[in-house]
Amino acid sequence: MKNILIIGNGVSGITAARHLRKLGDDKITVISKETDHFFSRTALMYIYMGHMKYEHTKPYEDWFWKKNNISLMRAEVSDIDFDLKRVKLNGKKFKDSAFKTNLTELSYDILILATGSASNKFGWPGQDLNQVHGMYSFQDLEQLEKASPFLKRGVIVGGGLIGIELAEMMHSRHKEVTMLVREPSYWNNVLPPEESEMVNQQIIMNHIDLRLGTELKEILSDDNNNARAVVTGDGEEISCQFVGLTAGVHPNVKWLKDSELAINRGILVDEYLRTNKPDVYAIGDCVELQNPPKGRRAIEPIWYVGRIMGETLAHTIARSPIKYNPGHWFNSAKFLDLEYQVYGNVPANIVSPLSSYFWKSEDGLKSLRLVYEIATNHVVGVNLMGLRFRQEICEEWFDNHFTLEEVVKDLDRAHFDPEFYKKYYKEIETHLAHN
Amino acid sequence: MDTTSLSLANPKPPFTSPGQKWATAIGSIGLLLLLLAWLNIGPIFNSIYFWSSILLLAIGVVWYSIDMYKNTPAGIKNNGVWFDSLTNKGLWAWVLGVFVTGFYVVLYWNPHLMGYNAEGSNTGLVHFFDPLSMLLKGQPASQWFVYGTLYTFAIFFFGIKYIIKYRHNRYQIIRTISVMFFQLAFAFLLPEILEGLNSDKAYFGKDFKNIWPLNYYFYHDWHLNGMLDGGKLGMFALVWGILLTFVVTPILTYFYGKRWYCSWVCGCGGLAETAGDPFRHLSDKSLKAWKIERYLIYSVLVFAVVMTALVLYSFFTGSGQFLFINTFQVREWYGFLIGAAFSGVVGVGFYPLMGSRVWCRFGCPMAAILGLQQKFFSRFRITTNGGQCISCGNCSTYCEMGIDVRWYAQRGQDIVRASCVGCGVCSAVCPRGVLRLENSGKISDRAKAIRNEVITADVHSAE
Repeated sequence: MKNILIIGNGVSGITAARHLRKLGDDKITVISKETDHFFSRTALMYIYMGHMKYEHTKPYEDWFWKKNNISLMRAEVSDIDFDLKRVKLNGKKFKDSAFKTNLTELSYDILILATGSASNKFGWPGQDLNQVHGMYSFQDLEQLEKASPFLKRGVIVGGGLIGIELAEMMHSRHKEVTMLVREPSYWNNVLPPEESEMVNQQIIMNHIDLRLGTELKEILSDDNNNARAVVTGDGEEISCQFVGLTAGVHPNVKWLKDSELAINRGILVDEYLRTNKPDVYAIGDCVELQNPPKGRRAIEPIWYVGRIMGETLAHTIARSPIKYNPGHWFNSAKFLDLEYQVYGNVPANIVSPLSSYFWKSEDGLKSLRLVYEIATNHVVGVNLMGLRFRQEICEEWFDNHFTLEEVVKDLDRAHFDPEFYKKYYKEIETHLAHN
Repeated sequence: MDTTSLSLANPKPPFTSPGQKWATAIGSIGLLLLLLAWLNIGPIFNSIYFWSSILLLAIGVVWYSIDMYKNTPAGIKNNGVWFDSLTNKGLWAWVLGVFVTGFYVVLYWNPHLMGYNAEGSNTGLVHFFDPLSMLLKGQPASQWFVYGTLYTFAIFFFGIKYIIKYRHNRYQIIRTISVMFFQLAFAFLLPEILEGLNSDKAYFGKDFKNIWPLNYYFYHDWHLNGMLDGGKLGMFALVWGILLTFVVTPILTYFYGKRWYCSWVCGCGGLAETAGDPFRHLSDKSLKAWKIERYLIYSVLVFAVVMTALVLYSFFTGSGQFLFINTFQVREWYGFLIGAAFSGVVGVGFYPLMGSRVWCRFGCPMAAILGLQQKFFSRFRITTNGGQCISCGNCSTYCEMGIDVRWYAQRGQDIVRASCVGCGVCSAVCPRGVLRLENSGKISDRAKAIRNEVITADVHSAE
């Protein structure tokens, strides 16, 4: 029986723990400094919006962990001794924790690092003032809640997935929201121009003050070190009571920088998710892959990647070594009321040897983009706004090298919208034929 | 960990617009007229006041709903649901719960308090509804007529509110039109009109979508005799009633799941889906609640079957005694405990505290039968979409039946649960498009296997 220690109780660490338990009877301990129990980070926004309470965001009831013999611990790790295989705790106490521990050290046979991300800060003047926060952790949400009674206008810096979620959160509580987006169009380093424009429209339709092509210059302080306004690149001063820094995230590895662990931007791992230290693995947002699979990035801080890594690693540890193989890229999001799904390869800037076919509904709220190789006509990517497709059918198209024409004839099979929803597939077939 | 709410101050902004205030005022006047009638304030008993009351209530509800949603783009807007006193078990929830519970206690056991008079003409609230009753069947109203009218009214006008709320979702719109139609036409207008046309004959149920065992008195001797003496309509009611339970129901459930009844046709479901919608998230999702649910609902089913067997025994033998059991007492106890206390008082009265489907989930013997059929002999499934679930919990939170939908969705497993009424709200609130209600032979085996929790291709083949 091995003694497995997991640092981080997000989706990566918890998925690893659950699968390790399914596959064996090793001793499993999960440490977190964030919350006692696993919750869905992606659901933080819904707590603030009043759609759910914190307890609803916990995918497993609290009895689950004891019943499955997974020990949970609330503590902050200060240091790791990789030679003696020991983890040192800094003794920090957590007022909101139901767990009590006086341990100062934990030993391990196998260590899994799943420490997640931290919000980016680019050295803006005033970035460490009060009421300036990212929106990543449970503590970030607590800070926003604390600021909310006095919050009339919030300024969001950065146009990514978290930025638009934070905008929706504040908007739902009738706060004025200004979004500063450095790029000329929302998230246009990921979305092709047409889709990006659809999101711009969605933001404007919701009366959110969207400032495209606008950078943050500095955050101004009042006498008590609270943020009182931001200054944009054009010198405009926008008064506010909260600043959300949502210009991306980076692997949360700062506390390990001085250790013997090989770290570049993230913790470097091979295709078995092994670090440079024996019996030490890393998974999820904190990871940087030394040899990412074809078409994938070295750092992919998304929910699905963390989960797949957790599953893979559990198998490697409890059964036999298995390479990390995430399969076709997929992701999804919701921009206010606009749902988004992507399967396969959809670059923001589609250039030769790729091209794409794009269809948009008359009301401008639904779109389909099929990315294909010009030489073969094989479809390699599907981008959807306001439509739901079956993942397994899209992957079937890629695996079996369906051509653009074949996919367009087969769209009905991928249909995943609720019953009675209008199907646009005939319209799309005709549209393609005329283009 | 503070699990109640993170909020320091009441985070709910003043959502009430001037329009909503006017709407509330108008609806309140309608309600006030009902109250004055209840209190027997003399001049109120004029048909003009009755119609005004109904009209003002309707305008109030519809205007409020339109005003509430008109300035927001269509989409899921459950903003502030857990901050609002009414929808988060606060003071207003208790006030409403006590009021509705009280109404049911009066209706079932003290109808004289609302003006019903067994010996002579009615007064109060019951008398107030005479204009409509006279119009439909040429008889004065009874307490049951008052109840039926208010019930239909609630489904119809809160149904309009629901349709506006889900105006972006055609499944919700069509389903809601269906429950509104079946309540208005089949549960209310048709039975009342037929009753008027057959007033010379003994009473029997004329709601032809009310199915045994939900309609628990179908096989009671007085009801069987009523149908047998009821001419052609009575014979139709008898044959159709038997066919419904034993032929129509299994066939439809095989093809569509229990939803064809529970969230498309049934009156109990209709009220839960419309007037009860603001409380759907209050259902208990714990494993413990699921255990209680299974014990309770199948106990009620056994009780209903045994009770029915006993009354049929009495009907055919003429004996009210089976071994040591008095069949009339069993029947009375069923009517009191299940028919009135459980389905009415608890089932509707506790909406604001335990969610809108307490009766359907824990008590309804019809739902129990349909659930067994759905679980073992149906093509209905909720399909999950690959590995797209982010475990956010919206589906579980807004499941009125307390199903932990996320448990299945996050491991890519299709969902087949006896209790699922197929309302489709899990699919509607999912921010990632993971869930889809389906009837298909092709997918019938997928739910039995945990499909693709392991998403990595390598691991999958190694398993």
